[in-house]
Amino acid sequence: MRAIVFAARNQKEIVRDPVTLLFGIGLPIVLLGLFSVMQKNMPFALYEMNNLTPGVIVFGFSFLTLFSGMLLGKDKSSSLLMRIFASPMSATDYILGYMLPLLPIALLQIFICLVTAIFLGLSFDKSILLMVLVLMIISLLYIGIGLLFGTLFTDKQVGGIFAIFVNVTTWLSGTWFELDMVGGTFQSIAQLLPFVHAVNAAKATIDGAYGDMLQSLSIVIGYTVFITSISIIVFRRKMQAN
Amino acid sequence: MTINIKGLTKRYKERVAVDQLTLHIQQGEFFALLGQNAAGKTTTIKMLCGLLTPSEGDAIVDGKSIVENPKAVKQILNISPQETAVAPNLTVYENLLLIGQIYGYKKVQAQHQAQVQMDLFGLTPRQRDKAKTLSGGYQRRLSVAMAMMTNPKVLFLDEPTLGMDVRARNDLWNILKQLKGKITIILTSHYLDEVEALADRIGIMHHGQLHALGTLQQLLIETGKRTLEEVFLEKTEEALS
Repeated sequence: MRAIVFAARNQKEIVRDPVTLLFGIGLPIVLLGLFSVMQKNMPFALYEMNNLTPGVIVFGFSFLTLFSGMLLGKDKSSSLLMRIFASPMSATDYILGYMLPLLPIALLQIFICLVTAIFLGLSFDKSILLMVLVLMIISLLYIGIGLLFGTLFTDKQVGGIFAIFVNVTTWLSGTWFELDMVGGTFQSIAQLLPFVHAVNAAKATIDGAYGDMLQSLSIVIGYTVFITSISIIVFRRKMQAN
Repeated sequence: MTINIKGLTKRYKERVAVDQLTLHIQQGEFFALLGQNAAGKTTTIKMLCGLLTPSEGDAIVDGKSIVENPKAVKQILNISPQETAVAPNLTVYENLLLIGQIYGYKKVQAQHQAQVQMDLFGLTPRQRDKAKTLSGGYQRRLSVAMAMMTNPKVLFLDEPTLGMDVRARNDLWNILKQLKGKITIILTSHYLDEVEALADRIGIMHHGQLHALGTLQQLLIETGKRTLEEVFLEKTEEALS
């Protein structure tokens, strides 16, 4: 119950800062439009909607990292968290309170991107519905990373780190180009990180390759559990050392 | 609601922030804790609120130990932190509801209590305004009202009038005077006139230790000084090397 109350407050804080929210939802749509125009002028099928849409939606999730990290970082800098720490809420209540409000935003991002992609030529079938579920699971990874950033850094630092993060996740996710086009160490590093597996899981779902999807998704889930657990442990320590 | 502090100590590696603090605060007492910066006041409050674990010692708040049962202690106290602690994008009313519900109030109960606090703190005309649009004085007022939302048995006010103008301070003093005797209040402040106006008893901390304790009159008689400021300066005087 306390987590729900806190989540409602956090949702209001995010939704009432509409510029960042609109940017997080609007940018993926602009990218879908731009790349679909590029595809029309390309001799090979690199940016076809079925191939591009999963990656662009996952790219949009990096804004969930920004939202959760900034909110937690801001609360930490403003003494509000000290007031909340003095209340009977537990560390799990806090973490749930920061995670839950971002799930409807993730769903909204997915919905708006899918509608845009269908408008631009994505073929709709039941695998799209399954992809929505897979994407919701993937969104937890990005929310968890945001919580870790927010726990460790101030809101201003999170803003700077996000600029690096969004580049790392995009280049190493195989959204804009196949990683084996670069190969070598670049590809090896990308395979060690969860971002390419997140995009692959979504792509495999839309292609109906459910075995590949499960393999990639299990790596993403593993990372999500690991990162969220670290966030909770660090958060607990911060609570006690406040 | 008494607070019985016994040998409370907080150590950070070599530095001792609070050193064997022993103190008894009576139910309904308005107690002022004074000291220079880094004297250990805020660390003491943080330990009593369950925000910091003591290195040694304990405090019994209404029969409950802050070491053994911090969650039960948290349920009966509230704090207005040193810096204004409000949710900036929530309205005045929503900020109050948030605190009430986090402490376990049902929505209707929280709504009623929020109205009581808004009336008490003169916030009703601003109830629909977002906290970030309020002046510093009103934000402070809201911060204290949020601490009062849960009808705490013990209220910690950490420099509640810092940055307020004269009128806003005076308004808050009048509100706090109304609370005297009803709940136990522990105040830290650098404004000695505030302490003189409000406190039943005064403790002066220096280097983590309690250097003086008593009513204003007792402290003046004990030291032979004419003002609290003179008492404070004597009790916190550094030895010249």
